[in-house]
Amino acid sequence: MSTNNASSSRASDAPAFPPWRSRLAHTPAKLWVGLSLFGFWLFIAVFGAWLAPHGMGAMVSNQVFASPSLAFPLGTDHLGRDVLSRMLIATRYTVAMALAAAVLSSAIGATFGLTAALVPRFVDIGISQIMDALISIPSKMMALLIVAVFGSSIPLLIVAAVATYAPGAYRIARSLAMNQAAMEYVAIARCRGESRVHIALVELLPNIFGPVLTDMGMRFVFIVLLLSALSFLGLGIQPPIADLGSMVRENISGLNQGSLAVLAPAIGIGTLTVGANLLIDALSSKHDD
Amino acid sequence: MHSPVLRLIGRQLGSALITLILVSLVIFAITSLLPGDTAKLVLGQFATPDQVAALRAKLGLDQPAPLRYLHWLGGLMTGHLGVSASNDMPVSTLIAQRLPASLLLAGITTLVSVPLALGIGMISAMYRGRLADSALNVVTLAMVAIPDFLVAILLILLFAVHLGWLPALSYISSIHGVGDFLRVYAMPVATLCTVLVAQMARMTRIALINELDSAYIEMARLKGIGPVRCVLVHALPNAIGPIANAIALSLSYLMGGIVIVETIFNYPGLASLMVDAVSNQDLPLVQACAMLFCAFYLLLILLAELAALLANPKLRTR
Repeated sequence: MSTNNASSSRASDAPAFPPWRSRLAHTPAKLWVGLSLFGFWLFIAVFGAWLAPHGMGAMVSNQVFASPSLAFPLGTDHLGRDVLSRMLIATRYTVAMALAAAVLSSAIGATFGLTAALVPRFVDIGISQIMDALISIPSKMMALLIVAVFGSSIPLLIVAAVATYAPGAYRIARSLAMNQAAMEYVAIARCRGESRVHIALVELLPNIFGPVLTDMGMRFVFIVLLLSALSFLGLGIQPPIADLGSMVRENISGLNQGSLAVLAPAIGIGTLTVGANLLIDALSSKHDD
Repeated sequence: MHSPVLRLIGRQLGSALITLILVSLVIFAITSLLPGDTAKLVLGQFATPDQVAALRAKLGLDQPAPLRYLHWLGGLMTGHLGVSASNDMPVSTLIAQRLPASLLLAGITTLVSVPLALGIGMISAMYRGRLADSALNVVTLAMVAIPDFLVAILLILLFAVHLGWLPALSYISSIHGVGDFLRVYAMPVATLCTVLVAQMARMTRIALINELDSAYIEMARLKGIGPVRCVLVHALPNAIGPIANAIALSLSYLMGGIVIVETIFNYPGLASLMVDAVSNQDLPLVQACAMLFCAFYLLLILLAELAALLANPKLRTR
C-alpha cells in the first residue's frame, strides 16, 4: 500500500459525512488493494460452496485444532472439521446477509428521504424526529435489543441490521434530496404539474443515486462488522449454519494453541471489511473530483 | 450576553430530554413487541394456565402497554428497575455491581485515545498531501474497518500466548498495584483504542483542514508563523466544536466495542452483563442496560454540542 501520489489535488475537503472519507491522498494502490480483497471475498461467497472439498458439518479428522497440512490447508477446528471448507461455505452467509441488509437499509432510507423532501413540512419533522431518536441508539444496542426480543434467525438478523442502519441512510438521503428539491429543475417539474411520485423517481432519484450508493457501501462494511460481532457473541447465526463470526467464536478455545481455526475466519472478516472500505474510499474520491 | 447563552443551553437540554424520552419509548416498544407471551416463554410450554397468569400478574403484563410504559419510566427515574427474570435479583443491584468496572475501562480508553487521536490528526493536517499524511490516511482508513475481535485475537496471540507477558483474561480481583493494573488493562484498552483512534484522528484531520484553508491562517502564514504554531494556536481553538463532535461520535463506537472487549477478555462490566441478559432473554435487565447506554451516549452528544456552542460565538447569535 505505498503512497506515491503525494502531489494530489488540494481541493477542499468534503462535508464531514461520512467523516472518514477524504478526497485527498487517494492512490491507485488503494483502489487495487480494495478491489482485489473485496473481489476475492465476493468470488468466495458466490463459488465457495462448490469449491469446498468437504461439507460444512463433516467431521473429517480425529484431531481437533490440527495444524495446517496438505489434506487440511487451514487445519481442523474444535470438532475436527476442515476449516477451509467451512470458511468457503460460511463466507456466503457473511456476505449475503450483509448485502441484503445494506440494500434494504438504503432502499428504506432513500424512500423515506425522498418522501420527506416532497411532503408538507410537519410530516418531514415527524419522520425526522423519529429517525433521530433511532439514530441516537448506539448501533450494537439496537441490534442486541432486537435479538433479545425476537431471537436470531437469518431474517430477523437482517431485520436487526436494517433497523440499526436504515435511520442513518434516511438522514443522508433526506439531506441529499432536500438539496436537489430546492433546485430549479424541480421547481420547473412542479410547474409542469408533475406528480410527487414522478418528481421523486424521475427527477430526484437519478441525481442522488451516486452518493446513496457510496453510503450503501459504507453501510455494508458496518453491517458485516455488526453481524460478525453478534455471531462472535453467540447471538448471531446459530448452528448448524455458521458465518465467519461464529467460526471465530466456536474455535476461540484454540487461541492458546495459535490455531488457524480461530485466526483464519477473523482475518477473513478483517480483509473483507478493510478491502471494501478501501475500495469505497477510492471510488468515491475518484467520483467526486 | 449571558442570557442568550443560557437560553441556548436550555434549548439544547430540552431537545436532549425529548430525544431521551423518544429513545425510552423505542426501547420499550421493541421489548413489548414480543410475539406470544413473555410469561409463557419464561415458564416453558408445560406451564399450567394458573402459573402463567400468576407470573403475568407478577411481571405486570396484565396491564395495558401505555400504563406499563409509564410504570417503567417512573421506575427508571426512581432507580426501581424491576427484577431480573433470570436470577431474581433486583436489576439495580446487578447494574451497580458492574457499572463501575465499565466506566473505568471507558474512562481509561478515553484518556489514552483522545490525545493520541488529536496528535495523529494534527500531524496529518500539518503535512497534508505529503507522504506522512497519505500513509496515515491509508492506515487509519484500514483501521476503522477492522473488527475489534480480530485486534483482540492478534493481541492475545502475541502478548499472552507467544510472549506470555500479559494475562489473556482480565482478573480484576488480582490487581495489587500499578504493575498488575497495567497488565490487566493493557490489552482491553489497546483493542478499544485501535478503531477509536483511527476514527477520531480522521475527523480531527478534516476539522483542522477546514480551518487551515481559511483566510486568517493564510494571513498568519504570510506573517511568517511556523506550521506548529499555526495549528496549535490559530486553527485548533476554532476547530474545537467539530473536534468535540467527532470525539462524542467516536465514543459512541466505544459503547459497541466495549461489548466485544468485555466478552473476549472476560471483563466483569456492564456490557458483558447485557450480553448475558440478551442470551437469557432477560428483558428487564436488557431494557435497563440499553437505556443506560443510550442515556450515556446522549449525554456525550449533549456535552459536545455545548462545547461547540461555547467555543464558537457565531453559533450563539443564531
